[in-house]
Amino acid sequence: MKSSALNRLLVETGELYSFAVRFFREGFRPRYEIAELIRQCFYIGNKTLPLVGLTGFIMGLVITIQSHPSLEAFGAQSWLPSVVSVSLVREIVPVITALICAGKIGSGIGAELGSMKVTEQIDAMEVSGTNPFKYLVVTRVFAAMLMLPLLIIVCDTISLYGSFLGTNMKQVITFHLFVNQVFEKLSFGDVLPSIIKSFFFGFAIGIIGCFKGFNTTNGTEGVGRAANSAVVACTFVVFIIDLMAAQIADILHIT
Amino acid sequence: MNENPTNTRPSVIQIKDLKKSFGENYVLRNFNVDLKEGENLVVLGKSGSGKSVLIKCIIGLMLPDSGSVQVFGDEVTDLSHDDLDSMRIKVGFLFQSNALYDSMTVRENLEFPLRRHWIKSEMTNVNDMVMEALTNVGLAETVDMTPAELSGGMRKRIALARTLILKPKIILYDEPTTGLDPITGKEISHLMLDIQKKYNTSSIIISHDMNCVKITANRIVVLIDGVCYATGTYDELSKSTDIRVKQFFD
Repeated sequence: MKSSALNRLLVETGELYSFAVRFFREGFRPRYEIAELIRQCFYIGNKTLPLVGLTGFIMGLVITIQSHPSLEAFGAQSWLPSVVSVSLVREIVPVITALICAGKIGSGIGAELGSMKVTEQIDAMEVSGTNPFKYLVVTRVFAAMLMLPLLIIVCDTISLYGSFLGTNMKQVITFHLFVNQVFEKLSFGDVLPSIIKSFFFGFAIGIIGCFKGFNTTNGTEGVGRAANSAVVACTFVVFIIDLMAAQIADILHIT
Repeated sequence: MNENPTNTRPSVIQIKDLKKSFGENYVLRNFNVDLKEGENLVVLGKSGSGKSVLIKCIIGLMLPDSGSVQVFGDEVTDLSHDDLDSMRIKVGFLFQSNALYDSMTVRENLEFPLRRHWIKSEMTNVNDMVMEALTNVGLAETVDMTPAELSGGMRKRIALARTLILKPKIILYDEPTTGLDPITGKEISHLMLDIQKKYNTSSIIISHDMNCVKITANRIVVLIDGVCYATGTYDELSKSTDIRVKQFFD
């Protein structure tokens, strides 16, 4: 990497850190923009749910179908529901949901705030006596933090139903038995880390999207760049958080 | 042409030795100007000469490197966040790009500053206040439309209505006729003049549209090389023999 590119990366990381510190400083002090927070929660949750739900269903179905031959080779078909459910709930659903949200929410926030920045709407907000950071950034980051865990829980449920259908393609199993086999292996220790890390996914997606949008320059060209770089950065950070979460869960023996 | 009866009135904005630079680019160097109560002051200058920077320093969107900016006697750079918000109620700002909120209807755009400065006694009839502001700019019928459905001239009027809704004492206009056809530009200029007369507002108008300048200006300040190069009425400056002033009027 050229030194100028490295410098730019380090400077931007420092600026993102300052931006995040400002979020914590301003996010917990009045005035609270509750109406805008609810609007953003609705927007993020409602707009992303169909995509996340469909993806979850397909993931559950496909992973079950593809896992079946391997387990069958060892005569362990009966383990299919429990094995698939653990991998779905612990890893696949949270990460895939976060990646979808990185694409949809991260880019959406980056483009929306970027366009507001270049058309002076953020300045107009400030001039009208509104703190744009509180109104635009704090609400979106909190909304992403609140909605990501909910989306992941919904996606878990839908993907398990997809897995039930996938299991039934290869063998006959009742829904009651499938659920019993899933919860035989799936423990609270599997669900909790995925919920905890989803808050961090939400925070990362929200703060990076807002940071990119809030610092947009160079007019409409900059808006496109902000949306694009928000997706790239969010995707990268989601994997970093996932890696760290796996290590921490392992160290704390949350398995 | 707009006569100037304001010479003896008190100043509402006083700018002294204002300096602002961006790296090595010094856009304002010891800039001095006063805005009198009820006066329309036009700041004339080339693109990139620092006109917009000047009004952004006045409203507190930018911090000057040094110098003094006083609005109603208060030093802007010394104001706390809350005091700055209070000051901004009294100072309206019309952006060059209009800066209407795309995701909101015209009504919501106008209600936004009202709800920010929630004064219960005045909030009893938000709808009346919105309709009054829209009627003032002649666009009451657009109340439930979105900015995307409006023409450039209509958007400018709506932005002006939003600026007026808090009944500011001072209005800062950033190139109010840029991007408009000459006829609409003239209409907006007359509207600005009507507002001055109706509400007795004081205004700083950033412009290089000479039609707008001629209609609205009580006094003109020519900003060249970051300083107040010349000042006077439209008539005085249009007869100037100084080539750097004359070029604006030719």
